[in-house]
Formats: sequence, C-alpha cells, structure tokens
Amino acid sequence: MTATTAPLTTAPVRAVKQPSARLRAWATRAPLLPALVFMIVVTQLPFVATLVISFFDWNALYPKARHFTGVDNYRQVLTDAALRHSVWTTVLLTVAVVLASLVLGLALALLLDRGFRGRGVVRTLLIAPFLVVPVAAALLWKHVLYNPEYGLINGLLHSVGGPQPDWLSNSPLLAVEASLVWQWTPFMMLILLAGLQSRDQQQIEAARVDGASDWQIFRHLTLPHLRRYLELGGLLGSIYIVQNFDAVFTITSGGLGTANLPYTVYQSFYQAHENGLASAAGVLVVIGSIIITTFALRVVSSLFREEVSRA
Amino acid sequence: MSTTAPRRRVRRGSSLGLVAWLAGIVFFLPIAWMALTSLHSEADAATNPPSFTASLTLDGYREFFGSGGGASPWPALINSTVASLVSTLCVLLLALPAAYALSIRPVRKWTDVLFFFLSTKMLPAVAGLLPVYLFAKNAGLLDNVWLLVILYTSMNLPIAVWMMQSFLAEVPVAVIEAARVDGARLPVILARVVAPIALPGIAATALICFIFSWNELLFARVLTGVVAETAPVFLTGFITSQGLFLAKVCAASLVVSLPVLAAGFAAQDKLVQGLSLGAVK
Repeated sequence: MTATTAPLTTAPVRAVKQPSARLRAWATRAPLLPALVFMIVVTQLPFVATLVISFFDWNALYPKARHFTGVDNYRQVLTDAALRHSVWTTVLLTVAVVLASLVLGLALALLLDRGFRGRGVVRTLLIAPFLVVPVAAALLWKHVLYNPEYGLINGLLHSVGGPQPDWLSNSPLLAVEASLVWQWTPFMMLILLAGLQSRDQQQIEAARVDGASDWQIFRHLTLPHLRRYLELGGLLGSIYIVQNFDAVFTITSGGLGTANLPYTVYQSFYQAHENGLASAAGVLVVIGSIIITTFALRVVSSLFREEVSRA
Repeated sequence: MSTTAPRRRVRRGSSLGLVAWLAGIVFFLPIAWMALTSLHSEADAATNPPSFTASLTLDGYREFFGSGGGASPWPALINSTVASLVSTLCVLLLALPAAYALSIRPVRKWTDVLFFFLSTKMLPAVAGLLPVYLFAKNAGLLDNVWLLVILYTSMNLPIAVWMMQSFLAEVPVAVIEAARVDGARLPVILARVVAPIALPGIAATALICFIFSWNELLFARVLTGVVAETAPVFLTGFITSQGLFLAKVCAASLVVSLPVLAAGFAAQDKLVQGLSLGAVK
C-alpha cells in the first residue's frame, strides 16, 4: 500500500512548494501567531501604560489635577522612607526564603535520593505543602500555628513547659518567611531531586571503587553537577517570591514592617489612589525583576541547550 | 573490608530513611493538624495544650458552607472553577498550535520566540495591575469573571508553551516523516502519532495551569467585588479573627485547597518538568 500511495502524495506537495515559498513560511508561522499576539496585547501593552503613567502626578480622587511631572514620582518613591523600607524588605524576604528553602530542599533531596521503605509516601508528604492554596497556607500559619493563645506551636511548647511568645508581634518578618519556606522547600526539593537523579551513576561507582568517601563524592562530583539546578531553583524561586503578595497580605497585612514592594504598590493605588506613585513603584519592581531575569534566562537557556544537544 | 563496609552503608541507609520519614512528617504536620482541627468543635479547636483526642464533628464544614448565617462560599467556588477551567482551556487552544510551530515544524529563530514567552512570565504582575484596572473600569469589566479568564490565560500561556514545546519535542521526527510518506494527512498525524506520545504531558500542563489560576489572589482581589469574587478572595475574609473560628478556617482552607491537592498529585510525575518550565526532565 505504501508503495502505491507514496509517489502520488509526494508529487503534489512538490508542486505546491515551488511557487509559494513565502506562503509556506507564513503557513509555518501561522499556528504561532494567536498566542504571540495575545501575549503582546495582554502583557506588553499594560507595561507601556504603566511606564507612561509613572511620569504623571495622578491621584484617582482628583482626576482633573493630573499633570506631567517627569521623574518626580521616582524621586518621591526613592526618597520616601516607607517605600525605601519596602524595597529592603523585599530583598530580605526573597533572599532569606530562597536560601533557606534551597538548603532544606537540598537536604531533603539527598535523603530522598537513597532508596528506603516508603520513599514514595514520604515524597508525597513532602510535596503537599506546595499544593496548599497560598492564601489558605497563610491563614493556617497565622491563626492555627502562630496564635499565641491556642496556636499549635505554643500549644506544643506549653505541653513541655516552654515559653508562650507572640510570634507575629515579636518577629513578624521571620514569621512570614517561615511560612514561605514551608511552601517553597518542596519546590526546591523536586528540582534538586531531578538533578540528583540525572547524575552519571557509573562515574560515582568508579569514584567509590577508587576509594572516594561519601563526602568527597558529594563535594567533587554531586555539588558541581547540581550547580545548574541550584541556580535554576534559586532564580525561579526568586522570581515568584519577589512578587509575593498573598503571604504578606494575609499574615501581617503589610504591618509591622513587613510590607514588600508588591504590597506597597497594591496599597498605594488601592487605598491611597496614587496612580502615578504606584506606577513608579511598579516600574521599579520591573527593573529589579529584569536584573534577576537576565540571570535566570541565561541559566534556563544553558540547561535548555544542553537538553537540545543531548536529544 | 569486603563485608563490613556495605553492611555499615546499609545500616546508615536505613537510619537516614528514618530521618527522611521524620522530615516528611514534620512538613506534613501543619496539614494534618489543619484536617484534624477542621473536624473539631470550635471549643475543642481553641484549647491549650491542643486536644488531640477530642470528639469529631462536621460543624466546621457546616459553618463554612453557610449554615451559621455567613455568606455562602458557593458563588466564589463556582467563579474559581469557571475562571480556572475556561482559562486552562484557552491556554491549551493557544499553546498547542504555538508549541507545534516551535517543535515539530519549527519556525526560524524558534528559540528566540520561546524565550520571549518566558520573559513575559518573569515580569511581575503587579506592574501591569494599574493599567489593567483602569482599562477594566472604563470598559465596564470590573467584577467580571471573564476578565480574570483573559488575565489567567496570559499568566499561564508562557508556562504552557514551554512545557508543551518540551513534550512535543519528545515525538520523534522520523515517525512523523514516515507517516507523512505513507500518505497520512496532518489531522491524522496529530491524532494517531503526536497525541499518544504527548498526551500525558498535555494533561500535566493543563493541571499545572489550573493550579496557578485557582491560587491567584492579587488580580482577583483588585478586579472583582461581590459578584465575581474567587475562592482565594473569599478566604481573605478570614484574615481578621472572628472569635472562636479555628475549625471554620481550617475547613475553609482545606475545601479550597482540595482541587489543587488533587490536581497536584495527579500531575506529580510531570510536576518538576512543568514548574521548571521544561528545563529539568
């Protein structure tokens, strides 16, 4: 059957190809266009608008007083103590959460990389925190774990005669960070576990036969191999945590010095109706993200090229 | 040397297994406690030290679903379902052809296009929030679930394009060529050759997009009101304490998280590939 149909179908294809190379190029591109146009309209145009608005003095309550102010909003954002503090909070929150969850995630991935009874169950237990809706997770930490009177943490401390601190008032930022580390450690663990399992087992066996200790194997073979995966986890985690709104909004409502940039942007236009200021702060968030993104894209593209060349 | 070393390794292996179990239990403890508290009466939920053995009741769930006179969560749950399901469907409709043009019959400079999609994901949503709000206000689209559908589609499209590209790239080109030579037309090739190989990946992509849409708070909080509020926005009503309400909060958190837990475990095998945008297999 193939012998008879093949010549019949190849002939017309060749006939179509010659007159319209340009048409064919567009036919190849066509499936891509809806997605591309959609993305440009929905994500790029608002950014341009944000950029434009950021140069205007514009309070939504006094729309008639709107006028062009140049870089005034930026000057105000960068000199405002509260806003500057929120920049610092964002950096602190992101760095602390990403580093802590990377270290914990690495430890858990190393534990899970070995075979033991019930490994699948433990993996499932560990992934679960990542699969709780962020607002729900924040509520859980705020009311059920941190509550000084009947929260689980103080309850367990009470039963061993420990102190009863008010976690949210004493160390609000740490409290937000702990809840985020709980949610993001599974994410890091999954990425690092995939990295561990893509190691060259023969190389490790060879090193072991040559008398290398577990620590030496980890230090000189595993860690260098994991570097890319650590970078990837760290950067993807940073991208999500720089943008975090849910935890800050729910656990402390931005109070007690925990307001990060996304929360501040939200507040300055949702509650203070300062459109120009909010936009300037938004543009600053974008600039910060572009810096992270540049590194992130480099890491992803090097991993990606590796995969493509391997395939 | 020949017998002691492996035995020592085995023994240490099992004790490390114990550590792993312990870590798993510690991480899962808050969720287990949430489930237990949701089944306690409000009085038993707020004791110190905690009562592990109090009698169980479904009162927390009854309270949450509105028997206590509070607002019913059903409209919010339905809004979330519509926004998540429809946006996931839109994402699939847009991402599948795009991924096809980036893997099976790649356009020129296809990696550049791929990285453009990725870069849009890395710009924080909060920066586009204000213009979207102003546009919605002028277009009369505030408090409208279809606006969320559009925004969630744009939020998930880059992830989906990346994931599907990596799944479709696993289809061997030689098989497609062979089918073409045999005279199979494009729809037949897609249905008989591409789909069977790529289907598990497409399903995982859909589940991950569903999760992200279901979880989203910022846009929903700013752009919806009483009519189109989603489940996470409904949960923000529990931010300020309302007397004894722990069982109700736990029941609410668990009910709202249930679809995400289910989707996440269903997609478990492909979760890493999806979350790392296809960079890790």
